[in-house]
Amino acid sequence: MTVTTDSSTPRIKSMQKIVVLGATSGIAVEVQRQLAQQECELLLVARSPERLAALQADLLARGAKQVLTCAANLASIPHHAGIFDFVRRSFPDFDTVLLAYGTMQDQKESEASVDALLDELNVNFVSATALLTLFATDLEQRRTGCLAAITSVAGDRGRRSNYVYGSAKGALSLFLQGLRSRLHPAGVRVITIKPGPVQTPMTDHLPNAARFADPERVARDIVRALERRSPDVLYTPRIWRYVMTAVGHIPEGIFKRLSF
Amino acid sequence: MPGQSAATLRKKPTAPQPTEQVFSWGRYPKAAHQHVHKPAWNDQVPEILHAAAPGALLPYGLGRSYGDSCLNAGRELVDCRRLNRILGFDESTGMLSCESGVSLSDILDVFLPKGWFLPVTPGTRFVTVGGAIANDVHGKNHHCAGTFGAHVRQIGLHRSNDGLVICNSEVNPDMLRATVGGLGLTGVIAWADIQLKRVRGPWIDAESIPFQSLKAFLDLSRESDGRFEYTVAWLDCFAGRNARGIFFRGKHSAESGRTSRSQRGPKLPFALPGGVLNRYTIKAFNTAFYRAHARSGTSVVPCNKFFYPLDSIRQWNLLYGKNGFLQYQCIIPESNFEAFEELLDRIAHSGMGSFLGVLKQFGSAPPAGMLSFPRPGLTVALDFAMRGERTLQLLRSLDQIVIESGGALYPAKDARMSPALFEASFPQWRSFVPFIDPKMSSSFWRRVTEAQ
Repeated sequence: MTVTTDSSTPRIKSMQKIVVLGATSGIAVEVQRQLAQQECELLLVARSPERLAALQADLLARGAKQVLTCAANLASIPHHAGIFDFVRRSFPDFDTVLLAYGTMQDQKESEASVDALLDELNVNFVSATALLTLFATDLEQRRTGCLAAITSVAGDRGRRSNYVYGSAKGALSLFLQGLRSRLHPAGVRVITIKPGPVQTPMTDHLPNAARFADPERVARDIVRALERRSPDVLYTPRIWRYVMTAVGHIPEGIFKRLSF
Repeated sequence: MPGQSAATLRKKPTAPQPTEQVFSWGRYPKAAHQHVHKPAWNDQVPEILHAAAPGALLPYGLGRSYGDSCLNAGRELVDCRRLNRILGFDESTGMLSCESGVSLSDILDVFLPKGWFLPVTPGTRFVTVGGAIANDVHGKNHHCAGTFGAHVRQIGLHRSNDGLVICNSEVNPDMLRATVGGLGLTGVIAWADIQLKRVRGPWIDAESIPFQSLKAFLDLSRESDGRFEYTVAWLDCFAGRNARGIFFRGKHSAESGRTSRSQRGPKLPFALPGGVLNRYTIKAFNTAFYRAHARSGTSVVPCNKFFYPLDSIRQWNLLYGKNGFLQYQCIIPESNFEAFEELLDRIAHSGMGSFLGVLKQFGSAPPAGMLSFPRPGLTVALDFAMRGERTLQLLRSLDQIVIESGGALYPAKDARMSPALFEASFPQWRSFVPFIDPKMSSSFWRRVTEAQ
């Protein structure tokens, strides 16, 4: 299952300046650390200035060439223009954008409250697409770069226990699919990253959290996908590609009776 | 809401909380915990401390303590492994500032290529900075560098009642001395400033010399202490007072050269059946090991090989089977040489010792912490597979020798010492009690102090 790093594959030189949206999320933290070891330059966007400062110091110590930070609430769409302006001014020739933020509510909350439901959809889908649109247009004009976003295997099929989060992530995957096609003529890559359950603060409260994937390993897959020309859709750990293919073939008549 | 917030981190209080099994390195005792908090950021820790019941919490790192000093059975743990950021490094002085969940392995990966090494390192690199401070760990250079705590210049400590407390030699010096060796009971360490040491490269000039008696070991040790930064001996515990062993000594090599990066070695996938390590297989191993080193030799070896031979097999603790094992590390004052011989004899006669016998003469550096274990004398560490009452009985008989000789037992390795032995080892422990954070407790602490 493990793919050894093939040293003969030339690293795409373009992946040098990376914007991370949601830099304090569990997976982003690991991805950034590996990018720092490759001496990349990073611009981190997240809400908490204190956490950004700790991350910045850590990544610089681990080899990052430059780490810029931008403290802003990504879920708030009115703030997006300001965030995008900041990135363009201070990091004008960025070549990669990784969208890594998201929330996973207890599904019961979204069932009981429309406000909670809308929050979940707004953060995971609406705000994400709004932000990606700004960056997509910029990269399209420059005819270069790569846009990657973390969705989820939960978006491949609606499940009883997690369909609100799943539908937001599934919608985001569809959005990325279309965006990929739109940006393809401009030579801009769009990567859909679909992790299985990963051991991060977002999933600590779930049952069996100890058996979830190691974030370091997931980050390794993501970094590898960013620096190569394929795939367009990354399942990580890779077994989830096969699992979700199988799950996708279960007839709806049976699937609706399953309680997971 | 970008990233995770405190809200997503909090356990939903709906269903009854599952009990979480957490192991220490010896895998004995096995302890179920009510909940394991996993803060990812220091700003989340005060909330955890605030919400906890008195005595409910204990910080947890990489779980390399052998017994129950890192466990809090039936209560909660604060897993600090996600607090693993390097906060700053001064290239001119070597002063490192990092969060408490940073591992020594991580520090070596980042700073050894830049020519900096740990001031003191235990026999594994897989411990956190917080754990190294809380147990005031020692290494092969105790005779010249003291313990890990002696190189900690400053810490930030989360306390449940007074927030983040800065401790250094001028501000709250007593709290610093209590936290060093304080077994995690004084609070959750947020970050620490540690003085790293300049080295030429990742290589060690190492020598191994066989010896055939305790006296020969002591002569070697005394003769080497002035000239070698690192000394330690491997001991064949089946040899009794005729202590057969190999003396290892080394110093940082002037050779610079390339860094050998830590590699992930093979991993023991599951616990071996209990009887695989028995007196015959271990005797055979010990004889083979002794013969392999029977001629004195000098070589230049990478740090990893010199300091962390066991790290090359991940999860080696599973060798001892599913019942786990106990490590016995005691110190006996040098003036009580006979007691030490008696101890070795008893272990040899029992036939229960193992192949990981380690012998070291401690230096006379003043203790860095209130409850620091190292003190002048001879220390020996031995593993015993847990075979129930038989094993416990042997260890109790060793305790007797330790008490009578005025020695001490190391809490980080212990799962069973009596309150009386703890009292004998750390007669000053009552003056440590006022520094304990009211929200903190541990299985070990309750076991050795509650009866008193």
